[in-house]
Amino acid sequence: MTIDSPALQAILLTIELAGLTTVLLLILATPLAWWLAHTESRWRTVLGAVVALPLVLPPTVLGFYLLVALGPHGPLGQLTQAMGLGLLTFTFSGLLLGSLIYSLPFAVQPLQHAFEAIGTRPMEVAATLRARPLNAFLTVALPMARPGFITAAILTFAHTVGEFGVVLMIGGNIPGKTRVISTQIYGHVEAMEYAQAHWLAGGMVVFSFVVLTGLGLLNRRHRRVLM
Amino acid sequence: MNSRFIVRKVIVQIAFACSVAIQANAAEVNVAVAANFAAPMQQIAAAFTQDTGHAVVLSFAATGSLYAQIVNGAPYQMLLSADRKTPARLEEEGLGLGGTRFTYAVGKLALWSKQPGLVDQEGEVLRTGHFEKIALANPALAPYGAAAVETLTNLELLEQLQPKFVQGESIAQAFQFVATGNAPLGFVALSQIYENGQLTEGSAWIVPASLHAPIKQDAVILANGKDNPAATSFAAFLQSETAIRIICSFGYVCQQQ
Amino acid sequence: MNPAVLQIRQHLTRPEFELSIDIAVPARGITVLFGPSGCGKTSLLRCVAGLERGARGVVRMAGEAWQDDGARKFLPTWARSLGYVFQEASLFEHLDVRGNLEYGLRRAGNAATADSLRDIIDLLGIGTLLTRRADQLSGGERQRVAIARALATQPRLLLLDEPLASLDHSRRYEIMPWLERMRDTLSTPMLYVTHATDEVARLADHVVVLEQGKVKAAGPLADVFNAHDSPLLFGDETGAVLTGHIAERDERWHLCRAAFAGGSLWLRDVGLSPGSKVRLRVLARDVSLTTSKPQHTSIQNCLPCRVDALVADTHPSQALVRVACGQSLLLARITQRAVAELGLQAGSQVWAQVKSVALIE
Repeated sequence: MTIDSPALQAILLTIELAGLTTVLLLILATPLAWWLAHTESRWRTVLGAVVALPLVLPPTVLGFYLLVALGPHGPLGQLTQAMGLGLLTFTFSGLLLGSLIYSLPFAVQPLQHAFEAIGTRPMEVAATLRARPLNAFLTVALPMARPGFITAAILTFAHTVGEFGVVLMIGGNIPGKTRVISTQIYGHVEAMEYAQAHWLAGGMVVFSFVVLTGLGLLNRRHRRVLM
Repeated sequence: MNSRFIVRKVIVQIAFACSVAIQANAAEVNVAVAANFAAPMQQIAAAFTQDTGHAVVLSFAATGSLYAQIVNGAPYQMLLSADRKTPARLEEEGLGLGGTRFTYAVGKLALWSKQPGLVDQEGEVLRTGHFEKIALANPALAPYGAAAVETLTNLELLEQLQPKFVQGESIAQAFQFVATGNAPLGFVALSQIYENGQLTEGSAWIVPASLHAPIKQDAVILANGKDNPAATSFAAFLQSETAIRIICSFGYVCQQQ
Repeated sequence: MNPAVLQIRQHLTRPEFELSIDIAVPARGITVLFGPSGCGKTSLLRCVAGLERGARGVVRMAGEAWQDDGARKFLPTWARSLGYVFQEASLFEHLDVRGNLEYGLRRAGNAATADSLRDIIDLLGIGTLLTRRADQLSGGERQRVAIARALATQPRLLLLDEPLASLDHSRRYEIMPWLERMRDTLSTPMLYVTHATDEVARLADHVVVLEQGKVKAAGPLADVFNAHDSPLLFGDETGAVLTGHIAERDERWHLCRAAFAGGSLWLRDVGLSPGSKVRLRVLARDVSLTTSKPQHTSIQNCLPCRVDALVADTHPSQALVRVACGQSLLLARITQRAVAELGLQAGSQVWAQVKSVALIE
């Protein structure tokens, strides 16, 4: 038994989805995490809770609300239609949006903790050395938060690969567009095709293990250099 | 309605909790039920308990999940499947009791839209309508999905419509896609859009039985239920007048045998 | 006379704390902000740097307004030509020493050059550390690098916030001579926060004493020290530290002679070979002064010195005298009566008799 082409297609799509989600989330989460780490606003607690919501909501529930919100009568659906994007459900973009929301806390929280651990002192030092705030952020805060970025990237990528409930709800199982590994495995299990399911699930376990171990080692080596 | 929205295992214990004390010979039966049969099942179980005093413990999930649980030792004494294949396979594997299989319901397929007037009484919309997506259950997994594909094949529309497919992993999900308006129309189970003998909302075409093989749902008593009087009694009750009337009112074929 | 260069008028309100300051800082030398912890000295330093949001008032450096609420002017920290040394060195851990030094240099524009950086590296003796990472430095080395990094931008003002407080005893005495060198070499005015009296005694040209957010006393070191109600407290351990090397050994008497800039001292031979670098600690209570060269005395170490400053000590009977022996400074704790009887004043020529010398480390 070898990996058949629908499975390969699902694997490539999953990697594409997880990779894009990771890159976009790191970009989006960085300013958000910075704000959460340093603001004294009373909205901090509220926004922190909103960011953490995907941790507690069952993915199918999250997926269901996304299905409603992105649908033709939902607020997001009306927005995307007004922007000329059409409906995002059953599209790769819709899946990407779902993944961004679903994995948001896994990107924001490690970054927030990293920024909190750095504190305000290095930024003050940079300011006394003539660095403007944005420049200080890029040359001091970002490099010092590198372990946090690596952790955020690992968690976001792994979490998106394992994403299932949201995809199930808003995907529509379209090969090459929205059929990812997790839904493929679910389909095999439901169809009692256990052999194919084992191949894919086993491959997913091995792949995730390799990625997590590799990045973990990288992180550890980096820490050792820093400490 | 909620149990149709979210496919999730729900355990409902129906006990004879009225004024009378539990009868001395009352037993309990654990029944695994395909999720799409949840609503009629609760009514049937209540009626059964009232009639016999036996308690029924219900577990709802997708048929494939129930099969995996049974193979791995789940304590069910009876399975009400959404297809015919699974009970047959269990019997073959010795997990279902030989000679206890029977069809408890026959499903009706409907083409449905939330939009009134979109779907006509002849299903012509499939040929003429301008829609971008059509929802159905994954034909590899759900009998309703397979029936939908068979219908389209017979209408010689499969090739034309296949690029517009959005598939739910179960018939419940196909229903959600249409109910939330994300797909303008789709093939669903009549039982999902039918209440008290009429359509709940939108427009629908009940697909003639001639266009696809009957969507038979089979039940089987499992090895666990071998000496359980409640299991045997419940199997009989499912084929009684009372049960058939309930099943019929939920949009299944009203069988008379 | 030393004209004022930095004018500070600041008002800062915090829960349970209020800072209200109006001082002028002279253009040369070290001005020490002195006081117990919680008196507002660090807050004041942060106000000058523009790090304290919510501070109201004026900060004017050599005619340039860094903050002037009346004119609605507030320069952000990065636009102020200052260097800041924090209590903990706060080196950038992701850069090596050279990277840390060049961080400010690159952003400071024309004023700072590679040549001036070389001078600073020499001044603070960190030439051999350039390729090390922050975590490979000792506490004292880290602080020296932090000072050099602040100086590398060629600031018009150097702010130091208890730069020695996080160091242990011997490390503090390792840094102090470098600070003295800076004071004597650089023309940059320095604002130096501390609550340690020996740092005041050794480093200060001017002192501002703070208490509960207000100025209690301000002026040249000697004036403030001599004020009747001097708020400065000196412990038993007040003293001076000298750096030098072993010049010779007298094996018969088990003694060795340590030479330093401005003289030499005999001490117990501990087996160090000639040429070894040493640091010596001389406590103020072990130094006595005479106006003529002492003869027939048991004390072996007598150094010709000049009185630099006189200050009142903790007890009204006592005085602390700072004397310059060549390029080195010693502190002597003697009675006020002795000061009067000998007619000591700044500039007097004296002999310092040193009863005991300790080798540090």
